[in-house]
Order: sequence, then structure tokens, then C-alpha cells
Amino acid sequence: MFSNFDLNFIIFGIMPYVALTVFLVGSIARYERDPFTWKSSSSQLLRRKQLIWGSILFHVGILTVFFGHLIGLFTPIWVLDALGVPHALKQWMAVLIGGPAGIAALVGGTMLLHRRLGDPRIRATSSNADIIILVLIWLQLAIGLLTITQTMQHMDGHEMVRFMTWSQSVVTWNLNAWLLVVDVHWLYKVHIFLGLIITMLFPFTRLVHMLSGFTAVARYLTRPGYQIVRTRRRKPQPKPENAKATPAE
Amino acid sequence: MSHLLDRLNFLQSKDTEQFANGHGQVTRENRDWEDTYRNRWRHDKVVRSTHGVNCTGSCSWKIYVKSGIVTWETQQTDYPRTRADLPNHEPRGCARGASYSWYLYSANRVKNPLVRGRLMKVWRKMRETLDPIAAWAKLQADPILRASYVETRGKGGFVRATWDEATEITAAANAYTAKTYGPDRVFGFSPIPAMSMVSYAAGSRYLSLMGGVCMSFYDWYCDLPPASPQTWGEQTDVPESADWYNSGYLLLWGSNVPQTRTPDAHFYTEARYKGTKSAVICPDYSEAAKFGDVWLNAKQGTDAALAMAFGHVILREFHLDRQTPYFEDYTRKYSDFPMLVKLDEKDGKLVPGRFLRADDLDGKLGEDNNPEWKTVAYDETSQGLVAPNGSVGYRWGEDGEWNLEEKAKAADTRLKMSLVLEEDHDDVVGVDFPYFGGEAYGQFKTDATHPDILTRNIPVKKIQTAEGEIAVATVFDLFCANYGLDRGLGGDWVTSDYANDMPGTPAWAEKITGVPADKIAHVAREFADNAEKTNGKSMIIIGAAMNHWFHMDMNYRGVINMLVMCGCVGQSGGGWAHYVGQEKLRPQTGWQPLAFALDWNRPPRHMNSTSAWYAHTDQWRYETLKADEILSPTAPEGDWDASLIDYNIRAERMGWLPSAPQLKTNPLEVAKAAKEAGKEIPAYVAENLKSGALEMSCEDPDNPANWPRNLFVWRSNLLGSSGKGHEYFLKHLLGTDNGVMGKDLGEEGGQLPKEAKWHKDAPRGKLDLLVTIDFRMSTTCVYSDIVLPTASWYEKDDMNTSDMHPFIHPLQAAVDPAYESKSDWEIFKSIAKKFQEITPGYLDKEVDIVALPILHDTPAEIAQDQVKDWKKGECDLIPGKTAPAFVAVERDYTAIYDRFTALGPLLDKLGNGGKGISWNTQEEIDNLSALNGVQLDGSAAGRPKIVTAIDACEVILMLAPETNGNVAVKAWEALEKATGREHAHLAEGEHGNKIRFRDIAAQPRKIISSPTWSGIESEKVSYNAGYTNVHELIPWRTLTGRQQLYQDHLWMRAFGEGFMSYRPPVDLKTITKDVQDEGDNLVLNFITPHQKWGIHSTYTDNLLMLTLNRGGPVVWISEVDAKSAGIVDNDWIEVYNTNGALTARAVVSQRIKEGTTFMYHAQEKIVNTPGSEKTGNRGGIHNSVTRTVLKPTHMIGGYAQQSYGFNYYGTVGSNRDEFVVVRKMKNVDWLDHEKSWDAPAQEAAE
Repeated sequence: MFSNFDLNFIIFGIMPYVALTVFLVGSIARYERDPFTWKSSSSQLLRRKQLIWGSILFHVGILTVFFGHLIGLFTPIWVLDALGVPHALKQWMAVLIGGPAGIAALVGGTMLLHRRLGDPRIRATSSNADIIILVLIWLQLAIGLLTITQTMQHMDGHEMVRFMTWSQSVVTWNLNAWLLVVDVHWLYKVHIFLGLIITMLFPFTRLVHMLSGFTAVARYLTRPGYQIVRTRRRKPQPKPENAKATPAE
Repeated sequence: MSHLLDRLNFLQSKDTEQFANGHGQVTRENRDWEDTYRNRWRHDKVVRSTHGVNCTGSCSWKIYVKSGIVTWETQQTDYPRTRADLPNHEPRGCARGASYSWYLYSANRVKNPLVRGRLMKVWRKMRETLDPIAAWAKLQADPILRASYVETRGKGGFVRATWDEATEITAAANAYTAKTYGPDRVFGFSPIPAMSMVSYAAGSRYLSLMGGVCMSFYDWYCDLPPASPQTWGEQTDVPESADWYNSGYLLLWGSNVPQTRTPDAHFYTEARYKGTKSAVICPDYSEAAKFGDVWLNAKQGTDAALAMAFGHVILREFHLDRQTPYFEDYTRKYSDFPMLVKLDEKDGKLVPGRFLRADDLDGKLGEDNNPEWKTVAYDETSQGLVAPNGSVGYRWGEDGEWNLEEKAKAADTRLKMSLVLEEDHDDVVGVDFPYFGGEAYGQFKTDATHPDILTRNIPVKKIQTAEGEIAVATVFDLFCANYGLDRGLGGDWVTSDYANDMPGTPAWAEKITGVPADKIAHVAREFADNAEKTNGKSMIIIGAAMNHWFHMDMNYRGVINMLVMCGCVGQSGGGWAHYVGQEKLRPQTGWQPLAFALDWNRPPRHMNSTSAWYAHTDQWRYETLKADEILSPTAPEGDWDASLIDYNIRAERMGWLPSAPQLKTNPLEVAKAAKEAGKEIPAYVAENLKSGALEMSCEDPDNPANWPRNLFVWRSNLLGSSGKGHEYFLKHLLGTDNGVMGKDLGEEGGQLPKEAKWHKDAPRGKLDLLVTIDFRMSTTCVYSDIVLPTASWYEKDDMNTSDMHPFIHPLQAAVDPAYESKSDWEIFKSIAKKFQEITPGYLDKEVDIVALPILHDTPAEIAQDQVKDWKKGECDLIPGKTAPAFVAVERDYTAIYDRFTALGPLLDKLGNGGKGISWNTQEEIDNLSALNGVQLDGSAAGRPKIVTAIDACEVILMLAPETNGNVAVKAWEALEKATGREHAHLAEGEHGNKIRFRDIAAQPRKIISSPTWSGIESEKVSYNAGYTNVHELIPWRTLTGRQQLYQDHLWMRAFGEGFMSYRPPVDLKTITKDVQDEGDNLVLNFITPHQKWGIHSTYTDNLLMLTLNRGGPVVWISEVDAKSAGIVDNDWIEVYNTNGALTARAVVSQRIKEGTTFMYHAQEKIVNTPGSEKTGNRGGIHNSVTRTVLKPTHMIGGYAQQSYGFNYYGTVGSNRDEFVVVRKMKNVDWLDHEKSWDAPAQEAAE
């Protein structure tokens, strides 16, 4: 394996594991060490200008793209086949949903980037990580949109299947997965590479607010009551025998 | 343990308790995160301290310390309670005070001793081969080396130094200066001892032991109202803020209580709830204006006209048309109204002259002791002239008659106030009064035309004197005429119609001030009506605003007149509440021996700063105001044609004002010469001054022999705040880059001074060494040669008192001084130690000669009832009588440290005292020996120790009557001797009451009543000034012994201020064609009030405060003015005149009256200040466009209450008559680009 050393092997064979490890260990470390830094660091109080439009466009777009990738790449092919979804249809869906969403995210991202770099107050309060991550995401969006030019040349979805297989092989510990993507167009490769970089940077940037954001929303939706009272009691009190006898009523 | 694991609770039961029908839920999530917030407010200890700031607040604060770091502060609430029916003192403290802990660990903190790099380089080189004093001597002898560091002042380039090295340079410079030029060339400037009295005393004790000069501040800040010493013989004494609550009518005049007296403002609010009525007078819509029932927005600088109209109405309605019994009784007993004034003839017309005195009469009314100082009145009981008790003549040389009983000697009297009745006067004559309203210029001009002399009819009595028959009139009759009141005597310039535009009436004042006449009459009527109903509970709270004008005395005397007419002074809830910068040093008589080393040698060298800076920063060379512009048209004959500095020189020569330096020749050398000549020192000096062999330094301030050489600045930001004529300081005193744009009199071809020697080229860089001691890198530090880091207010032990509340309060070291800083006490101790180490071989036991002016509250104060100048041959030079006293003082330069740290033996010998009385204090010295311990070795062996700052506090507390009941009783007994009345009941039962430092650390303590002050501490009344004068019949310390509304000194009459009148602002002519650029048409009156976003008048670089405003210097202008110059809010603007230029952002506001601009004073030029287009230098401070101007009437001395006292009387640095050009900046240049780096600065920085 190491005799025929290949950069492709490093990036598509090894790097995903490194990236996921960094993502996981880094996130846990940050949560344990600096829980109060786990936040979105919104700059809304400093300046609303460009934020509302930029942020909404960006977030709606990128969430669509993100979940599109998540579902598209990790849904096992046999599930698609069992559901009777043709690969070409899936490819079309990816382009038709992902394309506009990507454009929305890119437009929003451009506004946010312009604001972050151009507004003196925002610029002064930005960390390097804030700027780097936004630039990387912007590039990733741009490249992602550029790959559509390649995708349009094989709308039967066979390239897409390659990426699905690769993704699923990675998470199923198939060490030869990297061979699947060796021959794809360089735009795809750069896109994957950047994706892995962003995954690695995740725990060290404001991107962590994705996790807390998802959990907060999820918990909110399932909350049982709207007045939450904390207690020092270790055990829950047994429910009163007769609920109607509580003084509250 | 782990935040994540704690959250992974999927396996735990979710069976949670619910309530409210399932709408509420109890969770059992991990709560450790809450500890973060609990720890945020957790602390290791709380220490009581306060802010040693010049705000006079003396608020009690809890300082929280956590892990050795001061974390925050909150208000203490445990003040001793007041009595029933009176609100408590707490809450006190303001948001600005709460921001203070920021300074401790801020980037602005001075962390190490710093020395100017070039100075350090040369010093180290010299020190390789030479001892410290020789090294400094060699350095100073080389003009190139000296200039190398002098020129870089203010341009960066500090290097770190060790304490040892920094104190060595300082001590060497001091010793060299004392040896070469004289110790009186070492100056020290530090303001307001009350804000941290031990820190002040540290520097002043060191200076006083070596013979250096302590410079005054109260007059220099222009917070001293000379009207107070003129009227009351009292520096400033005021009611505590709790007494506002007792008032029935509060008139706020130029005082912005909610903004500038924040901790006290609650009493104002509470008084309003009680029902007290309030009128507010200020040109701008201030925070105080919102409190008022009525707001009178008088034009700035015209307050005297308003006061005159108020007085006109009060006199008319409460003294003339109807005689209010209380007012009449009060003014008869407590004012000079009944005193008789001689009418002098001038050019065939009569003008008010001197008070009639016993001396003028045949037989002198039987008075042998000081008959020339006993004023005379007409007695209704005996139908003859009497010299009533209480005048200054009774104070000195005899005992028992110096009181305000209605007596003359033993006989009962009832003094006649007015001769207006037909049977009481012999004649009605026309008397001339000056009128200055016609001199108004620019925006102060009105369309009214009145002549400059107003002749009014006065009822007089003709009496026989040694000089023949003369006419005399009562002060009251002249006073009423001066207010333009018609009393049925006929003649011009008097009226009984308020609507008549005649000087004094409301209609006249309306034209000048813009305040409607009916409002004036209304407020005056209410004010007096309340005073009548409450026996004087009408109060005027007054701020610096009115006192900063050149003719401040007129504003203030106008106010004081109203209060005296209505019997308000000395009555709780009434009187004159001037809260400006004096911050009452309550244990003053205990502090003075410590501060001025009176325990080792007397007298100390005190200097009035205004005259000193005027001379030494060469502001006199640019004087634009001529004496004849302010001279009265009714001035008596005299040599009045002189420059203002000439007047000051005369005053110094005649012993009126102090001098620094004093003699052109080193006094140590003069003393040696006197000894060689075998003559007594006073006689020797007098003889040589007369012959011209000795010269007074004041006559040639630019001669290198007369320069101040060393200057200490501590507890002060002289160059960033109070330094009026900032750019002149930079140019001449420091010798560095400056923005002076005007030409001096030589270049202008103006009239040169007569008595001050003129050098064609003005010196630049008079100071050899500027040492600043501060905890933050202030503007002054930036310009210094050595910066020493001092302890902040939470890092030292000290004491603080205030005029606003009756408590004495500690400052305590909550933590040790941060970084390498030390407390002021320790710093001066270490300099003293160094001095003692390095001087042997250069200075030994020496005799110094101190020139002492004629001091108030001493027997000498009745020295000169006539003005005579020995130099002009009008009299002989008699030291202490017609000239300063010349006192030999023995100094031991080899024992400066030993003396610094021990209480000296002079107190045992001479006792202690103040304000004209003294007492034996041996008992207290013995107590201190027991309490502090005694020095075991050194030259002060056996004397009580003063090693630590707490030792120093104990000295103050033990010696002061205010904090030691035993001393209070002694002090009252001493006063009893003079007045012949019993006073000791005021301190009855206080014998055993002794306040110690630890007592006040536990809780601030209320002080004990003492004769040092004119109010009392009591369970019945709040502290109020003049209380003991009125209720104990202790005379005011004035010529007449009464509140003196007529000033009869020759110079007062010459400059038209015998009586109060309206005098418009003076024209300083600082906007010349040369300086004003084409198109810059906006010219505004430059007003520098108190800021909102800084810790009082010093600390504006505090980031927390800066964040609340615009983050740097701002200037307020009105909307209309802004529009006319194309300025919008937040624009960068430039403000300039011949004195210099400053840059700031514009705050465009409806609050501001058109024609004025406000710049909060003391905004640091080190924060967010761009370069000025006009000068090419960085911005500037508010004082970049001001220049100080002296007023001759403030120089008067040797004349009872008009005698010099440190921070009591003297020239004051007014600055509100200034006008500036305001324009929008074209280019905002931060001067941070390459070209601004000139070579020396770059090198200095290396």
C-alpha cells in the first residue's frame, strides 16, 4: 500500500478519518474546556446592516445544501433502488435543489464576507478564525457550484454514485474507498478536500454553533412544558397521589 | 466532572415532576455552569477605601479583592445616621467612581520608574566617574547635553529605571539646585490635600524640610472665589450637602448638581419632595435646569447684572418700602451696613473713600490699641460715633472685645444703618459711582448707553476730623444708591420703577442677560420672601461657572449681597454654597505641622501659583490686557499706568504676595554673607535690597538665576488639565514643541512692562528636571523627565475629607501597590533618604532665608493701612511691615530623612494652632510617642516616629481639634480669650473622644466642632458656614469684623470694586488678523465646564467612561452656530486663537446657547486626538487656547482680610473671557505617518 504512495490515498483514504477524529475529539475538548465559547458570536448588536439579508440567504441556502449532501451521500444505494428512485432523477434533484440553494448561500455568504471585511466595527471584532472559516465556506460554495458544469456532462448519475459509494465506504471502514474517486474531475477533488478541511476546523471556529443549534431546535420541539424549573433535588418527587389536591389548583 | 458526560443522560429516568397542568416542568440538568457566575462575584475580602479625587465626594466604597486582585467596587452604605427628619447621607457614590478599578490594571498604568532615554544615557555616562551631585552639575553645565533631553519632552523615549537610579537623579538635581541657585528653585505642585492628605503631606514635607516651594492650587484652578476672603476673611466655608434639605428656597446658580455633585444630588431631590422651591440659573439647558421650578438662562458672563437686579428688587421690597425686621436686625449686627465711609473729593466730585476709623477722629474715641484699624459707626443709643466691637483692631494687641456683641467697649450700642431721615443727615450730596456696562464688547454689547460715571445723591453727616470737616455716609446708604434705588432724595440714576432701563433695575438686566424682567423680580421676591418667613433659609448653590470669569468677584459679591440682605449666611438651610475644588481639609490644624514640617522649621515656603506660572511660563510677555482697561473712571490719583506683572512685582515687594524664587542670590549664600558681615539677617537683607545689592527674583523672571529649576508634580495633571496657557508652558517652561501663535510684546512693539526686566529673547526650557508621580500615564507624565509610579487609591493608606459631609474617611491598601509602584509617602521617603545619603560634602547644616509675606490671621495682617512702596521711597523698608519678613531658618541637609520620619521638637516649644489662635500640645506629642513609638537612633532619636503612612495619619488625627476632643476643648478655650465669650460648650464632653485611623477604617467618623471652621457639628443643626459667627458672635476675620460688603482698600477703589457692580467680560484680543484664516468666521466664547464622562476633572482616559461618550475630546456647539460653519454632529473640528489650537469632535446640541462653545475641561490629548492643521502639533488640550491674566485687586495684602494666605487669597487663573475661532477640519491627520518622525524623537525612542 505504501509502496505506491499516492496523494489521492492521503486525501481520500486517510484524511477523512483524520478529519472526523479531529472533529470529534476537538469538539469534545472544546465543550469540556471552554463551554462558554460554544456560541455563534453573532455581530448583530454591532451592526444590523447586510446581516439580515445576508444571514438568512446564507443559512437557508447552506442548510439545504448541507442536508442535501448528508442525505444524498449517505443514503445507501439499495435504499434508493428499493424505493425505485432512478439515479438520473436523483442527479437532477441534486442539481435543481442544490444549485439554487448553493447560489442563495453564495450570495448570502458574499454579503456576510463583505460586511465582515468591510465594516470597521465588524472587522475589528473578528478573529482570524472568523474570517478564515467564512472565506473557506465561500470558496467551497463557489467550487461546489462550479462542479455543476461537470455534473451536467453526466446526468445519468454515475459520478454521483461513485461519491455515494466512496462516502459510504469511508464510514464502513473500507480502506480501498479512495480508489473510487481517483479519476474524477479535479473540481470534485478540490471540493472534497476543502470539505474535509472545514470538518477539521469545525471545533476551533464558530461553526460549533451548528451542533448546539440543531440540538436546541430539536429539544425545543420536544419540550414537554414551557415553564422550566430547575431543582436541587436529586430524585424526582413521586407524583402526588391526587393531582387535584396540589395547592396550585 | 465532565460537561459532556453529564449531558449524556439518556439512560436516566425522564420521569420528571410536572406542574401547572403539565405546562411547567422540573428539570434535573447539571447546574455546575451556574458556579461560573457565582465565582464571578466571589471574593476574598472587602476593604473600605475611597477615591482620592478632586470631586469632594469622599464617598465610602467597598473594594473587593479576589486572588490578590482588585476586582470591582460598590458603594458602602454604613455612614453614621443623621438625625430624625433628615435624610441620611447614603447613598453616596457615582458611576464614575465605580469605574475607577479599571485604572489599576489598565494599559495606562505606570508600572516602573521611567526616565527620559537621553537623560538616562548621559546620566549613566557621567556617573561612571562622578558622584551624583557632580554628575548632575556637569550635565547641567553643558548646554548641548541639557538641550538634548529638554527638547524631546513630550515626544516619547522613556526607558525603565530602577527606583534607586530614579531617586538618585531626583535627589541629586534637588541638592545641586539648592546648592547652586537656592532651595527655593525647587518647586512642587500638588492640589487639594483633602483628597489624600498624607500623599500631599509626603511631598510638601520633603520640600519644606529642604526649603523647596509648595505651590498653591485653589487660586490657580480659579476655584477660589476671592469674594469670600474679601467678604468674610474666610477661604471658603460652605454648608454640608445635607443642609440643602433644610432650605426653603434653593437657587442653583451655574451649578449643575446632578452632573457634578452626583453623590449629593439626592439631597436636592429630597428637598424638592419636601416642597423646597428651586430656581436654576445657567446659560445651557443643564441637568440641573430640569430640577428647577424656573430656569433662567442668563447669557454667560453676565451673572453680576442679574444679581444686581435681584438685589435691586430685594432692597426695594424688603429694606426700603417695607423694613423686614429680621433682615434689618441681621444686617445691623452682622454686616458692615452701619459702618461709616468717608467721601473723598476727586476732581471736585465726591467718591466713596476709606472706612472712617477711630484714628481719624480727635481723641481717637479713646482707642489706643490699633485705632487705625477700628471702624466707626453712628450709635443711636449714645447719639454719637462709636468704634463697635469686633473690628480687626480689637483682634490684635488686646483681648476680650473681639466679638459681635452690640457693644463698643463695654457700652451697649444700637448702630444706625441709614441717615436717610431728614433729622439724621446734615446734607445730601452727589457721589460718583463707576459704571462698567458700557465697556461691553462683541456679543455682550447692548443698545443701552449709560455714562461711565453715575452720580447719585447720598445723605451724609458732616463730622470733624483731624483733617478738618468731612462728609461721611453709611455703607447701607451708599449700597442702596449703587443698586440704583430711589429713596426720595432726588438726583439722577436712581429709580423706583423696575421697568426703567437704568443700571440696577430688572429692565436693565433683561437687556444684558436676556432674562425677562418680570422673571427677575419674581425670583428675587420669592427668594427674599422665603428668607423672611424662615429666618434666612434661602440658599444659593453656586459652581465654578461664575467664578472663572475675569470679573468673578462681581458675580460672587452680587450673590453674597443677596444672601446678606436676606440674613441667610450662618443660618442652617441658608447661605452660600460654593462647592468648587476646595474639598475641606477638616483636620487642617493637625495636618499642617506634618505637611509643612512645622515641627522642624518655620515658616515653610508657600507660593501662589497663578502669579508664579504667569511669570515663569512667560505668559506675561504676551499680555494683551492693560491696567487702564480695567481701571475705574473714579480711581483716586495714583501711578496706575503699569502692566499686570508690574502690579504683581509691587505686591511681592510690599510683602503682599509671596515670591518664588525669592532673591536673585541664593539665600544660603546671603545668610553666609550676613553672618560674615556680622548682621542680623532681616536687617542685612533690608539694607541690601535698598542699596540694590540684592534683588528680588520677581523683577527679572527670565534671568537664568531666577528660573524654577526642578518641579515635582504629584496627585495632579498640571499639563493635561489645570495648566492655563498650556502652550506657553510647553514653549517657555519646558522648551519643547508648542502651538503658541501670538507674538510677544517685544515683537508686537507693544508697551513693555515698567518694572519687569525685558529680555529680547525669551528663554525656552527653564526647568532642568520635571518629575511627575502618578499611577497613570497622563499628559503631564508624557512631558516629564522622570515618571515615578505611585500607588492608586486602593493601594495606600491615607485619609480623605469633604465639605459635602461631616465625616473623616480612610483610603486603605486593599492590595499592595501593583507592579513596582509605591505610595507617595514611600516615594518621598525614598527621595529624602537618597538626598540625605548624597549631600554630605555639598550641603551641611545651613541657614536659609525665607521671605514671608504678610499673612492673614496673624498679628502682622494689620501692617499697611496705607499703600506705600519702599522702592519708590514712599516709606522705609521694614521687613514684615512694609515688605516681606525675612526669616532665618536653620536646615540640616544631612538629616532630611531623619526629620522626615520623626515628629520634630518645634511643636513642643511653640505649640500648635491655626487661624490666629494657638495652644499647647505637649500632651498630644507624648501620646504620639506612646502610640507610634520613638526613633531609637539617627539625628531625630527620641522623637515620635512617622515611618508609615498610618503613623502619619495618627499624627494628623492626634493633633487636630476635629479628631481629638481634648484639643478641641483647648482650641475653643484659646478663642475664648480673644472674644471674651464662652465657647467651650461647643466641644463639651468631647475631652475623651479621640478618633484613630482604625476607627475610621471601621466606619467613617463625624468630626468634632472646632474653631478652625465657622460651622459646628451638632445634633440640632447641619454644618453651615458662618454659623458660629452668627450664633456665637465670633467676628468674621475682616477689617470691620462683619460681613464686609464694601471694600475700601485703595486698589479696590481704584479698580472700581469698592461696591459690587456688573462688569462685562474683558477683551483678551486673542483673535487677531494674523491668526484668523480667511473664511473662518465662527467666533465663540470658550467655556470649559465640568465633564460628565470622566472621574471629576482629572480622569478622562478611563476606557469605561470614554466608551459612554465619543471616545475622545469633544467640543459642544449650538445647532445654529454649527450650521453657520457647515459643521454637523461628530465632525472633527479645530478650535484656535493666538494662544494655540486644539482638535476635537463636535457635539452639536440644542443644550448650548448660541455664541458659546463648551469644552469639558481636562480631556487628555493622549487619547484619540488628531493633529492640528494650524500648529502642526497634536491637537491640544482645552487650555491650549487659554492664557492666564492677573487681576491687581487679588494681589492686595497686609490689609486685614485682604492679606495673603496659602490657597486663601491671591491672583486666580480665570479663563472664561476667552474667545476662539471654530472651524471644520479639512484633513484629519493622526500624525502617525513617516514624516512626523523627526530624528530626535526617533533617537529618543530607541
